[in-house]
Amino acid sequence: MENKLIILIVIILGAIAIAQLVRVYEISAKLRKNGEHEVSNRDNRLNARLMLGFMIALFIGFIYLMTTYGWTGRGVAASVEGEETDWLLNLNFVIVIMIFFFTNFLLFFFTFKYVRKPGVKAFYYPHNNKLEMIWTVVPAIVLAVIIILGLQTWNDLVAPTGKEAIRVELFSKQFDWTARYAGQDNTLGKYDYKLTTDNNELALLTSNTIDSALNNMLNGSNGISRIQKLLNNRDTIFNDSTSNALRADLSRKERLYRLLAQMKANHNKKLDASAWDDIIQKDTLVLCKGQQYEISLRAKDVIHSAFFMHMRAQMNAVPGMPTRLKFTPSMTTEEMRKSKNNPAFNYTLMCNKICGGAHYKMKMIVVVKDKAAYNAWMASKKKETFKDKYFPAPAAPVAAAAMDTTMTN
Amino acid sequence: MASVAHEGHGHDHHDDHHHHEENFISKYIFSQDHKMIGKQFLMTAVFMGLVAMILSILFRIQLAWPGESSDFLSFFLGEKWAPNGVLKEDMYLGLVTIHGTIMVFFLLTGGLSGTFSNLLIPLQLGARDMASGFLNMLSYWFFFLSSLLMLVSLFVESGPAMAGWTIYPPLSALPQAVSGSGLGMTLWLFSMTIFIASSLIGSLNYIVTVINLRTQGMSMTRMPLTIWAFFVTAILGVLSFPVLLSAALLLVMDRLAGTSFYLSDIIVGGEMLANHGGSPLLYQHLFWFLGHPEVYIVLLPALGLSSEIIATNARKPIFGYKAMIGSILAIGFLSFIVWGHHMFVTGMNPFLGSVFVFTTLLIAIPSAVKVFNYLTTLWKGSLVLTPAMLFAIGLVSTFITGGVTGIILADSALDIALHDTYFVVAHFHIVMGMSAVFGMFGGVYHWFPKMFGKMMNMRLGYAHFWITLIGAYGVFFPMHFVGLAGAPRRYYDYSVYAETDSPTADMMMDLNVIITIFAIVAALGQLIFLFNFFYSIFRGPKAPQNPWNANSLEWTTPVEHVHGNWPGALPVVHRWPYDYSKPGADTDFIPQDVPLAEGEEEH
Repeated sequence: MENKLIILIVIILGAIAIAQLVRVYEISAKLRKNGEHEVSNRDNRLNARLMLGFMIALFIGFIYLMTTYGWTGRGVAASVEGEETDWLLNLNFVIVIMIFFFTNFLLFFFTFKYVRKPGVKAFYYPHNNKLEMIWTVVPAIVLAVIIILGLQTWNDLVAPTGKEAIRVELFSKQFDWTARYAGQDNTLGKYDYKLTTDNNELALLTSNTIDSALNNMLNGSNGISRIQKLLNNRDTIFNDSTSNALRADLSRKERLYRLLAQMKANHNKKLDASAWDDIIQKDTLVLCKGQQYEISLRAKDVIHSAFFMHMRAQMNAVPGMPTRLKFTPSMTTEEMRKSKNNPAFNYTLMCNKICGGAHYKMKMIVVVKDKAAYNAWMASKKKETFKDKYFPAPAAPVAAAAMDTTMTN
Repeated sequence: MASVAHEGHGHDHHDDHHHHEENFISKYIFSQDHKMIGKQFLMTAVFMGLVAMILSILFRIQLAWPGESSDFLSFFLGEKWAPNGVLKEDMYLGLVTIHGTIMVFFLLTGGLSGTFSNLLIPLQLGARDMASGFLNMLSYWFFFLSSLLMLVSLFVESGPAMAGWTIYPPLSALPQAVSGSGLGMTLWLFSMTIFIASSLIGSLNYIVTVINLRTQGMSMTRMPLTIWAFFVTAILGVLSFPVLLSAALLLVMDRLAGTSFYLSDIIVGGEMLANHGGSPLLYQHLFWFLGHPEVYIVLLPALGLSSEIIATNARKPIFGYKAMIGSILAIGFLSFIVWGHHMFVTGMNPFLGSVFVFTTLLIAIPSAVKVFNYLTTLWKGSLVLTPAMLFAIGLVSTFITGGVTGIILADSALDIALHDTYFVVAHFHIVMGMSAVFGMFGGVYHWFPKMFGKMMNMRLGYAHFWITLIGAYGVFFPMHFVGLAGAPRRYYDYSVYAETDSPTADMMMDLNVIITIFAIVAALGQLIFLFNFFYSIFRGPKAPQNPWNANSLEWTTPVEHVHGNWPGALPVVHRWPYDYSKPGADTDFIPQDVPLAEGEEEH
């Protein structure tokens, strides 16, 4: 509280001080008969020089920042695709930095050079078609080059991958990532968000998970049965808002239940196999150098964005809409550590689309191994498939703490 | 013709002069006079801009010194949002969101187009007032109401909107996802709905006025470039703002009526929603269909103002007047077919992406034409470096510096690595934020005598300019390098990098401290402006009628405002507004209402 008072007093005193200074200035200006609309030659020249000085400072500042920070922050590109885009980025940077220097130089230099001088009249020069044509056509040609090169690269980057690319899914939710490898068959199992249960967080589609979801919807701790029981209990009377909330919840769950029942009726059991061998990996994403990856993205709640800054890859994960990205890691984590001279370095996958309070913490360590190490790691995961690890799981009581709180609220 | 302005106090020369005896309310509050409405827009926008600036300082403190207790933060945010002087994560997002919203819509759209379109369109066209004074008044009061709602949203218990100024759903649709998506977002949507109504009414009025109320001799190709800019801006606003309204309306329905326009297959807060079939991308398309023209709604008026200021103070005609009009029209047209460049990595079809790369990069051509025309206007001029002129030159510099990085971001292949990083933040703050703010300051310094009949203090203007220019570049230049290091925007704390890459984290933190210090200095510099502005309104020296020796018609009106602008007959226009330093003339300026001399050729 005292601080606030002091801050306020300082602000008030500051304003009074400026007011006094201005009054002194104005009285002296009146003596000089300056009406505030005529710029003296002295002021003019001073500002012109300052403009030139500013330009020099700007250029020096730019060169300083370039040499000190430049691209060092991210290091060299760590993917085959990233090497291609970095080359293009550098080319574009050379072009735009030249434009930046050239036009800013002309601007500040003209300001300096052509500041009003007594007796020198401005040159009446309303237009010149030839000049205007030049600076329409030249930028157009430069842009044509930029566009053509850019689109060629873009087409490469978004072209579909072949069968040899390993399929990995990145599942995003507030505020973490989960990876799912396609397993032996290199086919990701299908999914449906309605199948989400405690032991099927990624909502994979198999005959068993459908049953489990149906059971959960009906008999879970906040399932249809419980809500019906609550509503039908003659001993309790809810107030309007609670009872309305319960009814809304019930009708939503009944609708979801019907959809799940339809899913069960139409389910093709042949699809199960592709999901059973998938491997779910929570803490780190392990990739193999030189191997192309086709990464599918999913979001559970809001939009997230998978940002592999070192691989120069990025794509949003959108609820209800599958998206994809691809890249081929070209440097192992060890190689990058050497290149950056930082033994503690790790690649990261960051979330790059605002997704809530802890958005900035939503990341996943990415480890790129060489082929031998990667294969060894994969072999160690063989026993940890979706089937082995999650199904058949002991029929744990489906107690979702989160659901309880939403209900009581 | 300038002499006409001094003649008598004409009471009977036109019809709408019935409220000469204006009382306080009809003169200052529910005024239908375009000059007063322009001033009302300016005052409101300046206040909103001040709020948004303070918000930015609050989150800049967090970014520079994350987790450190700050009296400044607790002073403004209290225990609820800054317990022990440390900003809360949610409120950080709230500050970022409201900062962006206010700056883009309330300061740069309302403040720039609202103020100067209102002030200058009738004055520079030789009209008594806007086509509809009443609608004009309505436009301001809608703006005022929406400003009020936006401010109120800062004080609701669950916090203001927190989904970024682009309020992408589902984040903005689900209160379970972030607390600001509750009442705060509802207020945001209502505020923006009213804002859009205000903008629409205003823009229609500007368009009608420009088309119908030009004085005798004021052909379209004799209009000052300011008017061309306002005219095209208004057209952009009329065509694009309704699309934002539909985007907002569908979002309101998703939030309140249980529809699924933007929502599909969502589980949030442990709750499985039944919404299915909606598309978050639909919102993004609708939003950016406004969002991109919006950039030019903000930028074109600034470019228009600076064209006028530069020509006047270079004492030279603007170079390539017709090319300038052409580029304004080209920019206006292209701005409608480039919105997809905000969506290269959102999952939009890649082929569509390549079309947007092409159209976006085309915009660089008219932009380049404008820059080179400005440069040629300065060439061999006789520059008078008033504060307005300095700001206009600063605008050209930021337009270049921010514009060239746009060439990189428009290239989808390169955008992948830079999308949503600080590189983007730096880019649009320089090219859109700083350029538009510089244009606005230039406009205020230049037309202050016309608005208030007083002169602003020039020395304070210089101090303000230099602090602002250095501060602006000091803030946004290093930001490019934070972005190139891979820093995503809207992160609460960049020290999260320390775990995996501590040198990069150190670099970001170092630069963030520098940026924040420049931001604080620049913000303090604005106090000079505020002081100068309000002090000069009351105590500034009285303005002469044409302080800058300018040609356009507003300087033929008397210093004391009269309803109807010209006490006598409307001026008749005989020439374009850029006859500066014309060979053969006695003075270095010939106002538009001076007939061509014997044997004189129009430009």
